[in-house]
Amino acid sequence: MAALKIKKGSTSHSAYNLRPNFSDEVETHTLAVLVDNEPGVLARVIGLFSGRGYNIESLTVAEVDHTGHLSRITIVTTGTPQVIEQIKAQLGRIVPVHDVHDLTVEGASVERELALFKVAGSGEKRVEALRLADIFRANAVDSTLESFVFELTGTPSKIDAFADLMRPLGLIEVARTGVAALSRGAE
Amino acid sequence: MTRQMTGAKMVVQALKDQGVDTVFGYPGGAVLPIYDEIFQQNDIRHILVRHEQGAVHAAEGYARSTGKVGVALVTSGPGATNAVTGLTDALLDSIPIVVLTGQVPTFMIGSDAFQEADTVGITRPCTKHNWLAKDTDTLSETLHQAFHVARSGRPGPVLIDIPKDVQFANGKYTAPEKSDTSIYAPETKGDITAINELVEAMEKAERPVFYTGGGVINSGPKASKLLRELVDATGIPITSTLMGLGAYPASGENWLGMLGMHGLYEANMAMHDCDLMINIGARFDDRITGLISAFSPGSKKAHIDIDPSSINKVIKADIPIVGDVESVLTDILKVWKARGRTVNREAIAKWQSQISDWRKVECLKYTQEGKTIKPQYALERLEALTKDHDRYITTEVGQHQMWAAQYLGFEDPNRWMTSGGLGTMGYGVPASVGVQVAHPESLVINVAGEASWLMNMQEMGTAVQFRLPVKQFILNNERLGMVRQWQELLHGERYSHSWSEALPDFVKLAEAFGAKGIICSDPDDLDEAIIEMINYDGPVIFDCLVEKHENCFPMIPSGKPHNEMLLGEASTQGAIEAGGAVLV
Repeated sequence: MAALKIKKGSTSHSAYNLRPNFSDEVETHTLAVLVDNEPGVLARVIGLFSGRGYNIESLTVAEVDHTGHLSRITIVTTGTPQVIEQIKAQLGRIVPVHDVHDLTVEGASVERELALFKVAGSGEKRVEALRLADIFRANAVDSTLESFVFELTGTPSKIDAFADLMRPLGLIEVARTGVAALSRGAE
Repeated sequence: MTRQMTGAKMVVQALKDQGVDTVFGYPGGAVLPIYDEIFQQNDIRHILVRHEQGAVHAAEGYARSTGKVGVALVTSGPGATNAVTGLTDALLDSIPIVVLTGQVPTFMIGSDAFQEADTVGITRPCTKHNWLAKDTDTLSETLHQAFHVARSGRPGPVLIDIPKDVQFANGKYTAPEKSDTSIYAPETKGDITAINELVEAMEKAERPVFYTGGGVINSGPKASKLLRELVDATGIPITSTLMGLGAYPASGENWLGMLGMHGLYEANMAMHDCDLMINIGARFDDRITGLISAFSPGSKKAHIDIDPSSINKVIKADIPIVGDVESVLTDILKVWKARGRTVNREAIAKWQSQISDWRKVECLKYTQEGKTIKPQYALERLEALTKDHDRYITTEVGQHQMWAAQYLGFEDPNRWMTSGGLGTMGYGVPASVGVQVAHPESLVINVAGEASWLMNMQEMGTAVQFRLPVKQFILNNERLGMVRQWQELLHGERYSHSWSEALPDFVKLAEAFGAKGIICSDPDDLDEAIIEMINYDGPVIFDCLVEKHENCFPMIPSGKPHNEMLLGEASTQGAIEAGGAVLV
């Protein structure tokens, strides 16, 4: 990828996109932030959130372009529309940030999260756990005579739902990756 | 063409290539190779400060008074942590500075080595950007990028942490023009549709006001020139924040004076009652807006700012324009002229007469009587006796700072250096040193309070060593005046730790430093004493003993709107009653 020249802070060239249309309702937004994969860049992003009192519901990061050394940070955050706009503008100010996309407002997007569930039990509960895993299309990636580890991919709400079902069946531990998201379509 | 050299030599070469002529610094173990290079050349002047905080504030003063990037060089660990206040100050006031810090060698990083600190981690939230230079081969490009980031877009402080082994090692030097500056390319040209809309609003507005800030000054002298042209052609009244003073001349006919918490009555009333507010390079700071929900309720608000995150941060903008002030003002003037130079003259004349009525309140009136010098009087006399000089003013932070902003007139940009956003006590002495280094022939005065002044008074040593004739004009009320004022108005007159006990004898202190000391307590002697200060060829500490209980008015108490100002009285007694009535 060539050196990117990005309009800092705004997802569009026009200042008209900065027009406020603010309500006080708290919204959840998924932001995709493309950054140079250099030391400290994640600290800059996280420090911005903690320093300015913004929320992080979920955060995933990994290098997505090994030749250009670009990482994609996917952040799920909550706030009023004014706060969300501030978050995007503040992220845009960070020098190694190339681009900020608000997947929640820029058309349709897909969101997926991977989770591992350790469920221990015997008898009827164990059978029920396996049956529910099948319904949710979760894979058993480890099993002993007393336990399973299920792997499940889906939207965060699907993972929440599965966790709720597993709890009475002997859920011991959950590990979640946080959300990865992409916009739908060719763009 | 690649040139090989050591990292330390690269630092000096990069500074030269960036046009740097002055570095403020303090040596230490981790920067010795760089100091060795500085020793062996004559192009860059090194000013040895007495404390690293002083180096950064001096670099700020240098930058603010010249429009160039200021440079400070300090060692690792405590050198770097001492620079943190200055970095934060520069971040809040958007001052372009490059701070170079030494670091323990790369192979010792993380081992809790002697004078090791996580400088990049500590300074990440107080710089615009920072770098740990781990490789000599890329060091020079990083240095050039640092200057680019510091001065481009919304200016600010940057820091490069340079481990000692990187300074010793050889590597290839990259010239500025070969360095990749595309890493940071902020938009500078404003959206023309929005500019058209603003011009249209200006043509129709009945009660328009310009509200300008430090962004005009940061944009450069041309921006101030364009602003003056626009204001004078339209007849629209103009007020400014603390940081923006001098962009429009204080003697200009459309000048309202400073606005905000201690701004002028007419400026704040105009902001409250206007129907079109044109914010140019200001950021709706809480010292400006007062109560947000009651801030200028009836106005359409245009906001011109180079930083998109400033827009809609505090106040919703009806006409947002992201761009550099100079570029946007050029376009506004072009569009306004092309559309026929229209304004609503009749309505504006009415608006101006309303403003004249507000002026009649004479919100800065005070009475100088008896044998005690009023601080306002001291500043009025300072203004009268120095305004025709080639003059630069720095300040500390507190009441004296607000009085200086109210009673001194600034005719040009870059003449007023003060800590606005962070409110850093101890800024003024080192800043005056930095300004005087940049302008050796000019009259540089630091208007100070005695408490603030003491915070970085060690820099008098720097002034004496480098023959910098800075004038330290201390309004000495033996109080932390602004703290005392808030305690009087808001905390039942319980003056908790707000007085200065065991103050030094400032005349003897001046003499101990090798400077001149002047003390004045009688209003009748004041003029003569100020003239003596001006005429003395060398640094002066002027101990001006003033009224101890004077409060700074007008004042918008925190949480109040612009039209609920405390006007106070020249006498403190009246002010307490007025203050109590509103605040309690």
